[in-house]
Amino acid sequence: MSSPTPSKLSAASSRETILARIREALRVPAPPPHVIDRTLVDVPHRSDPSTADPRSGFPALQVLPADAGRPWLPDGGDTPEERLAILTDNLEKLRAEVHRCRDVAHAAETIADLARAASWQRVAWHHDALVADVVRALSCETCQVDGPSGSDKELLESCQAGITSCELLVAQTGSILVDSRRSGGRGLSILPHVHLVVARVDQVVGTLGDALALTKQRHGGQLPSMLSFITGPSRTGDIERILVLGAHGPKELHVILVG
Amino acid sequence: MTTLQHNAASGSKESGKKLPSADSQAGPVPPKRQFLQDAAAHVADIGHRSFVRSALGGYYKSRDAQKARYRDWEHARDAASLAKWSAVNRLDELLEQFAANFEGRGGKVHWAANAHDAREIILELVRQAGARAIIKSKCMTSEEIHLNAALEEEGYGVVESDLGEFIQQLRGEPPYHFVFPCMHVRREEISRLFEDNLGTAPTDSPEELTMIARRHMRRLYVEADVGITGANFLVAETGQISITENEGNARLTAALPRMHIALVGIEKVVANLDDLSILLPMLATAGAGQPMTCYNTLYGGPRQEGECDGPHEMHVVLLDNHRSAILADPEQRDSLHCIRCGACLNVCPIFKNVGGFTYGTTYQGPIGSVITPHLRGLADWNHLSGASSLCGACSDACPVRIDIHHHLLHNRRNAARTSPSRLERLGHRLFVTAATRPWLFRTAGWMARQSMGLARRLKPPLVREWLASRDLPTAPRETFRAAWQRRSRAAGARRPEKGVSSASSREST
Ligand code: SF4
Repeated sequence: MSSPTPSKLSAASSRETILARIREALRVPAPPPHVIDRTLVDVPHRSDPSTADPRSGFPALQVLPADAGRPWLPDGGDTPEERLAILTDNLEKLRAEVHRCRDVAHAAETIADLARAASWQRVAWHHDALVADVVRALSCETCQVDGPSGSDKELLESCQAGITSCELLVAQTGSILVDSRRSGGRGLSILPHVHLVVARVDQVVGTLGDALALTKQRHGGQLPSMLSFITGPSRTGDIERILVLGAHGPKELHVILVG
Repeated sequence: MTTLQHNAASGSKESGKKLPSADSQAGPVPPKRQFLQDAAAHVADIGHRSFVRSALGGYYKSRDAQKARYRDWEHARDAASLAKWSAVNRLDELLEQFAANFEGRGGKVHWAANAHDAREIILELVRQAGARAIIKSKCMTSEEIHLNAALEEEGYGVVESDLGEFIQQLRGEPPYHFVFPCMHVRREEISRLFEDNLGTAPTDSPEELTMIARRHMRRLYVEADVGITGANFLVAETGQISITENEGNARLTAALPRMHIALVGIEKVVANLDDLSILLPMLATAGAGQPMTCYNTLYGGPRQEGECDGPHEMHVVLLDNHRSAILADPEQRDSLHCIRCGACLNVCPIFKNVGGFTYGTTYQGPIGSVITPHLRGLADWNHLSGASSLCGACSDACPVRIDIHHHLLHNRRNAARTSPSRLERLGHRLFVTAATRPWLFRTAGWMARQSMGLARRLKPPLVREWLASRDLPTAPRETFRAAWQRRSRAAGARRPEKGVSSASSREST
C-alpha cells in the first residue's frame, strides 16, 4: 500500500499525478444520489441550461440553484422585525448577551458599565467610527490594534476585552460575521477573554446564504483574508460532553445592538 | 518513518489503560484478531459502555431539537448530498480552480500523493520557517499521516490545542472518536492527567479542567511560529478554506503564528459559497446538535495589505492518500461526500458497544469501516464490514445521505470476490442443494431442530464461539408449514387453500 518514496519531491509532477488519477477515476460516471425530491436533480444547469454533463451523461453537475437550501434550512425571517426577533432569540439560546441600545451614547454607557462591573484594566479596539465612539467613554487603558505601531500579540493577550464592529449579523443561525479587514484583524475578536460587538440593527440579514452573497458583492474579487462567523461564546464539550464556555476563545460575547 | 504508514493505533481495550504510541505495535497482531480481542474486552466493560452512552445522551436531545428548527430536514439533506455529489464528480476541475484562486490570493498549494509526501512537504515548510514551536488545531488528516510523530522525530515540539486532542496527546492515545476525541475519559482521569503533566491541583469540575487547559495554552499560541490546521471545506469559487470549530483554538492557530499550514483531503472541495451555506449548518446540527458551530472561518491566503495581523505565509497541502482509489469506484464514490460530522458513530449500536479504539483506524465507526479498506487494503480490513448490524441507523443519520450500510455490504461482496472463503462456499453449496429438494430440506430441518438443544448443552467448537455472545433460541416444536396446515384444517370446511399451502412448502422453515 505504501508508495515509493521519491527522494526529491517534484511539485509539478505530484500535481499532475493526482489530477491524472482523478481524471482516470472519473471516466466512469457515478449516478446522482437518491434524493426524495427529483426536481432537484432535474433543475436546469445554472450556467448552462438544458444540457447534461457531456462527460457523465447524467444531469449537469452544478445542479443546485442559487441558495437552494433556503426553503428548508431554519427560518431567517422575512421582515426586519422578524429577523431581529429571530436573531435575539438565537443569541440568547447561545448564551451570548444582547444589549439593545437607543443610540451610540447609550451603547457607550452600556459598555462603560460592563467595564466597571468587571473592572477591566485594558481593552483592545480597532479603528471604526462606531467603535471609536464607544471606546471614548471608557476610563480604563485602551489599545488600538490597527494603530501606527501595529498589532502586538503580547499586548493583546493582556487585554481583558476586545471591542469590534462586525460586517453582518445572521438571524437564521445567530451568527456574527467579522472579517480581518474591517473588524480589527484576526486576533482581536478571539484572544481577549471578553468580546464585545457593536452593531447597528440594520446590519442584520436573514440567512447564511444571504450573508455570503452580500459579502461577495461588497468585496468583489477582493475578499479579506479571513471571514469568520462567530456563533456564541467559545465552548467545548470535550469533558464528558458537558458544555463549558470559554474554551480558548472569549468566555463572554456581548452583542450591542444600536438603533 | 516507513513504519508510520499503516497503523493508527493498535488500540488499547479498557478505559484508562495507556496506549503505546500510534505506530509501535503495527506488526504482530493482525487487525482482525486485534478487533475481536478488543471488541470482546469492551463489550464486557459495562461501566465503560454506559459511560459512553450517557455522554451521548445530551447529543440526541440537542440534535433533535435543532433538526426541528429546519423547515424540512429531509429536503435539506437532498440539497447537501447534491452539493457534495456535484463537487466530487468534477473534482479535477474544482481542485484546479481552488488552487488557482488560492494562489492568486498569495497562498501556496502543495499536492501530496500519499502520506509520505505530505509529511515531507510539511517538514520542509517547518524547516524553512525556522520553527521552534508548533501549535496545531484538530486535524484528522494529520492523524492519518502520523504527522506529530514525524515532527517530533525531527526534534520539533508540537502541541495539540483542541482540548480533547490535548488530553489525548497527554495520554499518548489517538482520538477515540473523530469528532469527540476524548469522550471515553472520565473527569477524574483528566484531573490526574493534568496533575501529573501540568502540576495543577486536582478538581472534579469540567469547567475548572477546561480553564486549566485554557491558561496553559495561551502562552503557546503567542509563542508558536507555525500553526497547523485541517479544513472542513475548500471553496473552489473563491480560493478559501473553511474551518469549523467550537473552541476558538483554530482561530488562534491561524491568527498568531507567522506561518499557517492547512492539511486537507482532496475530497473536501465544494463549488461555491452558496453550497457552503447549506453544508455549514447541517454539519453543526448532525455533528453536535448545534444551530451552527461556534466558529466557522474562511481563510483565503496570508495577511493582506491593510490588515493588522495574521500569518505572513499560508500553505494548503492537498492530500490524496488513496482518496483517488475510492473515487475510482463509482459504486462507493459517494463515501467521499462525507463531511466528517460523526453522526453515524453517535447512532451506531456497534460503536456504542465496542468503542472507538477497537476499530484500530483513524476514522472510526460506520464511515471508517467503509473507507478504511480502501485506504489500507481490503484483505486486512474487510472484517470491519462485518462490524455492523445493517440496521441502517448510520445512513439515516448522515446529513449528506451516504448509503453507508449498503457500502458495508458492497465491501463484504468485494472481499468475497477477491478471496472467497472455502468454508462459506461449501456452506452455500450445501444450502442450495437442500433448498431445492423439499425432502432433503425437511430432513435437514428436522435434524437441526433435534440438535439445537444438544448444541446449547455441549457447545461444540464453531458453535461455541457463536454462542459466546448470543443465545440460541429454543427450537419450535413444529415447522411453520406444519403449523399452517394444522391451522387450515382447523379453519375446516372453508375452501381448501391449495395454492397457499403449496407455495408455503417452498419457503417453510
Ligand atoms: S458518513 Fe455521513 S454521518 Fe458519517 S461522518 Fe460522514 S457525513 Fe457524518
